Amino acid sequence: MRRREFLTLSATSIGGMLVYSLDRKPFRLFARTEQSVRIPLRFFTQPEALIVAAAASRIFPSDETGPGAQEAGVAVYIDRQLAGPWGRDRYRYTQEPFEENAPIEFGYQGKATPRQVYREGLKDLKGFDQLPPAEQHNKLRQIESTLFFSLLRRNTIEGMFCDPVHGGNIDMVGWQLIGFPGPRMSNYADVDKHFGEAFRPKLVSLRQMGNNFLPSEDEE
Amino acid sequence: MRTFPPVDVVIVGGGWTGLLMAKELGARTGLSVAVLERGGRRESADYPGTMDELDYAVRLHMMQDLSLETVTVRHDSTQRALPMRQYGAFLPGSGVGGAGEHWNGISPRFLPDCFELFSRTVEKYGAKRLPADHAIQDWGVTYDELEPYYTRAERMLGISGKAGNIGGKKIAGGNIFEGWRSAEYPTTPTKIPYFSALFSDAARTLGYHPYPSPAANLSEPYTNPDGVSRSACSYCGFCERFGCMVGAKAQPTNTLLPLIQERKNISIRSGATVRRVIHGVAGGEKRARGVTYLDEKGEEVFQPAELVFLASWTLNNTRLLLLSGIGEPYNVQTGTGTVGRNLTHQVALPAATAFFEKTLNRFMGSGAAGVCVSDFDGDLFDHSGLPFLRGGTLLAMSMGYRPIANFGILPPSVKAGWGSDWKKAALEYYDRTGFIGFSGEHLAYKGNYMDLDPTYKDSFGDPLLRFTINWGENERKMAEFVTPKAVELARAMGAKEVSSFPDLRNYDANRYQFTHIQGGTVMGISPDRSVVNPYLQHWQVPNLLVLGASTIPQNPSAHPTLTILALTYRTADAIVDRYLKNPSALA
Repeated sequence: MRRREFLTLSATSIGGMLVYSLDRKPFRLFARTEQSVRIPLRFFTQPEALIVAAAASRIFPSDETGPGAQEAGVAVYIDRQLAGPWGRDRYRYTQEPFEENAPIEFGYQGKATPRQVYREGLKDLKGFDQLPPAEQHNKLRQIESTLFFSLLRRNTIEGMFCDPVHGGNIDMVGWQLIGFPGPRMSNYADVDKHFGEAFRPKLVSLRQMGNNFLPSEDEE
Repeated sequence: MRTFPPVDVVIVGGGWTGLLMAKELGARTGLSVAVLERGGRRESADYPGTMDELDYAVRLHMMQDLSLETVTVRHDSTQRALPMRQYGAFLPGSGVGGAGEHWNGISPRFLPDCFELFSRTVEKYGAKRLPADHAIQDWGVTYDELEPYYTRAERMLGISGKAGNIGGKKIAGGNIFEGWRSAEYPTTPTKIPYFSALFSDAARTLGYHPYPSPAANLSEPYTNPDGVSRSACSYCGFCERFGCMVGAKAQPTNTLLPLIQERKNISIRSGATVRRVIHGVAGGEKRARGVTYLDEKGEEVFQPAELVFLASWTLNNTRLLLLSGIGEPYNVQTGTGTVGRNLTHQVALPAATAFFEKTLNRFMGSGAAGVCVSDFDGDLFDHSGLPFLRGGTLLAMSMGYRPIANFGILPPSVKAGWGSDWKKAALEYYDRTGFIGFSGEHLAYKGNYMDLDPTYKDSFGDPLLRFTINWGENERKMAEFVTPKAVELARAMGAKEVSSFPDLRNYDANRYQFTHIQGGTVMGISPDRSVVNPYLQHWQVPNLLVLGASTIPQNPSAHPTLTILALTYRTADAIVDRYLKNPSALA
């Protein structure tokens, strides 16, 4: 068994939510108190997690249009997904022979699991989190046609907009950006109204609804 | 191998058709019925609190486990097929209720001429208009014969809609092109959200005949003729790939299971993976003797039965016949054999993607809430000067727009795929984007079929089912014809930018195109060209019946669930009224 890896983070705790930042930068939008939180990593090493956090922040940056991957905890989301059944291709057909260079209309035909794709891809990004943003951007430009980058991009979007129960979209920060209210039980009174104007009801997450939904990455 | 005590009826598969047959036979005859479902147990009470896009709509929690079994796909019979390693073009369900649990609920009838496609097309355009390599055939049942069963299926589900043709009288506001119906829909149409309302207005302006999509998602509380009550849809937007949180969407677990659970003579065994149909000759006649399956503990058992139904969806119905050695496999070289022939999928296109200045509030919706235009469906427009036959329906659905699937869909003017510029554009367009979809007919061709793959195996070592499938020129020309119509509609809706679907090229196993795969065990009027007769009874094995879309000879553009339920009712009547009194050929 590998040594447990942690990240010591500058974080803000609101309403039971734990992490807002993986790279020690304070999260401004909702910050009320600053405190230190150690996040146990399930798959990444600490250096890997910092690289993933930095790369996700270039894909979905925190900028004048609002918070991004950093505030949403995207790296924590990806770490949990890779540690779970998706990361090890639990539900993918993985019998040989593999045809690695099949046309795209047959879908991904490769042998590598998401875990292996990440581990390999991260080898080429050593020290990435230490680079200035412009250099990070150029580095990602060079790899944007790779399978690793397409997975990272897809997982970043997932981590921005998944239910917070999966570790991303902390405090529903992604849903706030786009006006998605989450698993709202009824739109009956509103669905045929508000034509031509934004209707933005109060957001709700699965945990706030009081159920004990077990996310797939926590399955045994 | 352990042998269980015989039952009267064994049904392979616990989805819509399997559970409907179990309920009909069990309730009307008192026969002992065992339903074998390889997935897990499910009840409608399981769903509240499962509105999680990631696990259900992205990781596809309710679908079959592809690590155990998948299909392989190739475009023609000279290629080596590759396995569908992760889900793409379609999403077969697993567990009690099957794909009927996570469907959207869109429930139209097929056009009357679809049932006699060969005869009607030849009659109107001559045999020369049919593609040279076609395998089109009549079903052996007509719309008029099926109409009472359509009505029964609609009442069971409580379909919400607006009739366009009652007894031949056209009614404005409904689909005036539909076949005659004996009565109005059981419930009023669903509410029409903003995006679909814009489409409806635009379609009317352009001279089309828009109508509300018929929906199995109730517009109002409803009690069906079986006494099952369901509540009205709340438009939460979590239908497709989810079970309904409030029980408004008709699903086997909320519409049939409560009736089955009341009956001591019907049992549902979950975790029961059927491997073979056991058959032999008795009294000079071929007979199914029962099925072998692995129970939930992995022990192989034999379940003898007097009547065997295959109701395990298109893929597994076909594969079980091939693995069991029942009937002659289709041979693409000689054109002989029937098992596996006439594989079709629906032509499903996001024909136009419309980008608006106004916010659309697209999170509100329901799986079958929306507006359809069928002016270009079937043979409703003259094809004399056109390079294709048949057509399909344009749909502007408001199914509920969820962020992981839809964030980052951008107009062609935006070039960035990540970073600040991309993020800014994606935030702006997220709730200002809508799709005009097209669901069109896929004709049957001699070269499109299913057989057993020579290379890839399932977790037991049995060969996987192999698809040989591609679009023909007919489908490609149809897509070319309809895409500009969708773009024109999007512009008439006020879209500031519109992107259109590129040319339909090779069959894309990686792009989702509705879960409407047909064929493999098709029905027909001749045993040379079909596996089952028009009562869905096997031509050579009279106590074996096959239910579901595997019996549909070619794809008829509309979504198939209502039709397969109507066909299942018709078969149930034939079994109860005729077969049980005289167990022999029904046709």
